[in-house]
Amino acid sequence: MSDIEDIVHVACPLPRTSRDFITLAHGGGGKLSSQLIKELIAPIFGTALALHDSAILAGDASNLAFTTDSYVVRPRFFPGGDIGSLAVYGTANDLAVVGAKPLALSCSLIIEEGFAIAELKSILTSMKAAADLVGVSIVTGDTKVVERGSGDGLYINTSGVGQLVSALKLEPRQIQVGDQLIVSGDLGRHGACILSARHELDTVLESDCGYVGESIQNLMKNSLNLHCLRDLTRGGLVSALMELSEASQLSFRLLENAIPVNDEVSAICQLLGLEGMHLANEGRYVIFSPASETDKILSMLRSYPGGESAACIGEVVPKSNFSITLVTPYGTERIVTQTLGEQLPRIC
Amino acid sequence: MLADLAEKFRARDLTLNLAKKIKEKTSRTWTLMEVCGGQTNTIVRNGIDHLVEGAIELIHGPGCPVCVTASTSIEHAIRLSMRPNTVLCTFGDMLRVPSREGSLLDAKALGGQVKVVYSPLDAVKFAHRHSELEVVLFAVGFETTAPATALAVRYADQMKLSNFSLLVTHVLVPPALKVLLESENNQVNAFLAAGHVCTVMGVQAYHEIARLYEVPIVITGFEPVDLLRGMLATVVQLEQGESKAENLYERSVDPEGNLEAQSLLSDVYEPIDRHWRGLGLIPMSGLGLRPKYHRFDAEAKFDAEHAVGKLSNKCQDQDSCQAGAVLTGLQKPEACPHFGGACTPESPLGAPMVSEEGACAAYFKYRSLG
Repeated sequence: MSDIEDIVHVACPLPRTSRDFITLAHGGGGKLSSQLIKELIAPIFGTALALHDSAILAGDASNLAFTTDSYVVRPRFFPGGDIGSLAVYGTANDLAVVGAKPLALSCSLIIEEGFAIAELKSILTSMKAAADLVGVSIVTGDTKVVERGSGDGLYINTSGVGQLVSALKLEPRQIQVGDQLIVSGDLGRHGACILSARHELDTVLESDCGYVGESIQNLMKNSLNLHCLRDLTRGGLVSALMELSEASQLSFRLLENAIPVNDEVSAICQLLGLEGMHLANEGRYVIFSPASETDKILSMLRSYPGGESAACIGEVVPKSNFSITLVTPYGTERIVTQTLGEQLPRIC
Repeated sequence: MLADLAEKFRARDLTLNLAKKIKEKTSRTWTLMEVCGGQTNTIVRNGIDHLVEGAIELIHGPGCPVCVTASTSIEHAIRLSMRPNTVLCTFGDMLRVPSREGSLLDAKALGGQVKVVYSPLDAVKFAHRHSELEVVLFAVGFETTAPATALAVRYADQMKLSNFSLLVTHVLVPPALKVLLESENNQVNAFLAAGHVCTVMGVQAYHEIARLYEVPIVITGFEPVDLLRGMLATVVQLEQGESKAENLYERSVDPEGNLEAQSLLSDVYEPIDRHWRGLGLIPMSGLGLRPKYHRFDAEAKFDAEHAVGKLSNKCQDQDSCQAGAVLTGLQKPEACPHFGGACTPESPLGAPMVSEEGACAAYFKYRSLG
């Protein structure tokens, strides 16, 4: 190493300024904490943000839905969304599928020391845009900073309260033998998109990350007979159906040819040895309803962006040894099982 | 491309017509072994075994690289991952394969440095970026994967990397087929050979086996129509008493194979004896680094007491696992008393229950209902 390099290496670096990066002090409850909230978070989220210990919600205290979810997605920015919009839509969708209109959200940030404030600003702005689209306010929150190396940049938790908008009980025990399974659009876009980003696959695919409440409220407004809805997130269609099979004590029979998967998603799946019905979605749900409603539901779903490929993919059958069976294009039948956890790349 | 696949190689009518033709052509039930785990997966996933029931009994061969990798090699990989400042790079399939010392996934949870790579060259790049670490590539697989690991050796050599090495467990298909054919329990009337191995190596070795053992060998692709076309050609040969090697994966396999890949392979590797999980020691059935690339050999580089594979006889699954019978086609996965009970993908007793290409895992995942 040259002498000059030696000098450069021992030189005192410029102190990192708290203007550009999150420091531990931003989460310490002192001046920087309150600056972060007052100068960054509150202006973006708007005046509804409670700067007190709790937000007070107006409205009818009965028939409320309440949910929470944490978001740890990597990469934080992906085609079609980012961790911020995901954190709003994900929680709003959990409310929407039980028939509730979101009333208020909370936002808890766990930030790793050194995180760029510009990136945080961009994520918070994206949260606000998503909340505006849903029609909900972010009314309370919290910020913690963890030491560098103790977190993966940024984790977000959002909780949401919603008001049930109809007397319809949308729950697994309403599912009946003979009900049709309808998916609100093609499957696996979000999962395929994240996997492509992680594996640097060249694709034009965008995540389906979005709010499903508008179409659900429209279905309910038109008094369609819905038995149960479930949003399809991590683990995809298969994980959701496995849980519903257990909760309803019924089984599901799917038609492989009917399951809508976009060509690009399908190509990525084949490259990585995966299946679209196992991949995550962030703006899709499954409906269980009597066969008499299928056509009306499909035509309504198809009028929404992303819903063009909504499809009836199978039916509810009496409980058997297998939660999900699938009829192949060749008329043979097989079972469908859950993946073990993280989808691992395959060898050849 | 996908539309092409769907139209030509997955089409319902074409598939069903081929199955019908196969049934018309057969005078008895023929036992066919598909060699490769990728073929097994397509067959079980789509219930193709049911489409040809009565005409063809399909038994599943040893062509799953994860399944045949000896337990001792996995144990060595685990120990390397636990070594200070050492990162073991592996394909994802290997993570869950059990050994007597657990799996690589267990090692990772206990602090082992295990990195999943898609391409062997990613391991070379990683080694280049991290000169402070020893990077070991777990070079697993058949003739299909070996050219890529050979390329990794070439690059590492050109880049003069001193912190990169390979734990080589590569295996070759033809010697395993000979072992199966020479076994007194052999039930195989014909083979459906693995298209991608032949894409690399060509057809020559299979002509010799077909002639020597008087067994039809038909090379197929991996889509339903590919497999059924292959089965039809096999059945025609069997019914006419012929035994030749035929290439029905024309869109991928050139009779000579990929000459560039072959020359790369023979520059970097040489045939050596290898232990196969379930099949035991098979002479000249593996690839080892040639002496000029000896410095990339992780077995030689790290702690001699860890040396495995060619030196050790210990390569069993857990005692109760019947991987050997499954990998040689003597037993269907479902016939194993542990299938779905003591042995599941969550808690596998042996490798065939782990890999995407393992016969037991395919049965567990898709088990056709008839």
